[in-house]
Amino acid sequence: MVGIVIVSHSWKIAEGVCDLAREMAQGIEGLIPAGGLEDGSTGTDAQRIADAIVEADSGDGVVILADIGSAIMSAEAAIELLEDEGREINAVIADAPIVEGAVCAVVEAAGGGSVDAVLSAAEESREANKL
Amino acid sequence: MPGGIYECISLISERITANKDLLTELDREIGDSDHGINMARGFQAVMEKLTPEDTDIGATLKKAGMTLLSKVGGASGPLYGTAYMEAGKITAGKTELTPEDMKAVFEAAIAGIQKRGKAVEGEKTMLDAIIPASTAFSRRLYEGADMAGALDAACEAAREGVEYTKTIIATKGRASYLGERSIGHQDPGATSAMITLEAIRDYIKGK
Ligand SMILES: Nc1ncnc2c1ncn2[C@@H]1O[C@H](COP(=O)(O)OP(=O)(O)O)[C@@H](O)[C@H]1O
Ligand SMILES: [Mg+2]
Repeated sequence: MVGIVIVSHSWKIAEGVCDLAREMAQGIEGLIPAGGLEDGSTGTDAQRIADAIVEADSGDGVVILADIGSAIMSAEAAIELLEDEGREINAVIADAPIVEGAVCAVVEAAGGGSVDAVLSAAEESREANKL
Repeated sequence: MPGGIYECISLISERITANKDLLTELDREIGDSDHGINMARGFQAVMEKLTPEDTDIGATLKKAGMTLLSKVGGASGPLYGTAYMEAGKITAGKTELTPEDMKAVFEAAIAGIQKRGKAVEGEKTMLDAIIPASTAFSRRLYEGADMAGALDAACEAAREGVEYTKTIIATKGRASYLGERSIGHQDPGATSAMITLEAIRDYIKGK
């Protein structure tokens, strides 16, 4: 199954998004939060994200959802850290809002979708109207 | 550059820490009031990782870069982290840098920052200090200056670059949310870049 990593400046947001998304696919594995810094302060940590990618990957690849500002840069740096270590994990970043994107991604991943399918599901969440 | 990458990074760390409040204050004007806190936290972690036995410039820059990627927290983390790591790649195994090596370090650091942040000059970022500094360094070297002389020129250009950031609108990073209102304020990241360059120069001159 494709893994999913939720990157946020806040560990509460990252864990909360995972809790919410997990309700759509009970017992899903490989949905991993990477929020805040090790000491609990707000921010993003490329090493923490890299560790979450490794944990989320079961061999089928990983889709990353990230919030604002430096989150995308840290996620990109994390992917490069893993490449530099010679790890071959197909990790991609979704251009999507993290709450809606995570819910759509989890449903697709739990249904057995590929990395590309999970990525599209996350990104299509941008199109959903709320009103 | 004479040996002593550990001493050089120690001096950078000292200067960043001494200017923590200034950097945070600048970030209060056009950001989220954390640049000094971020950078000081990052360099404190770097100094916990390094020892005076770290003499391989490339390996030490890589170690410092990985720590900044992890501990800074804000945008400056992946940006400076990548800059240090890219500079580390081209200095692997070296314990001294020639002025030519230093020129390559500037270029690698800039390429790293641009790979990560996709900004160009004139967007009110750290690049507005570092790119003119690199250009001035190369030019002065070409004119026959030594390392210290070329670094003096680089620092002067960085200072002018910081002044220039007051006159432009931010189009990258958090400050871009302010649009026109970012005019009149100097960029925190450009300021920390200038402080870094001045520390490198003072380290070289102090040797
Ligand atoms: N895309 C970018 N390219 C280059 N520098 C950037 C970019 N985005 C932000 N910066 C620099 O980062 C500085 C802000 O750093 P910091 O306050 O630590 O991070 P954050 O903005 O995430 O709070 C800015 O002053 C600017 O110089
Ligand atoms: Mg900030």
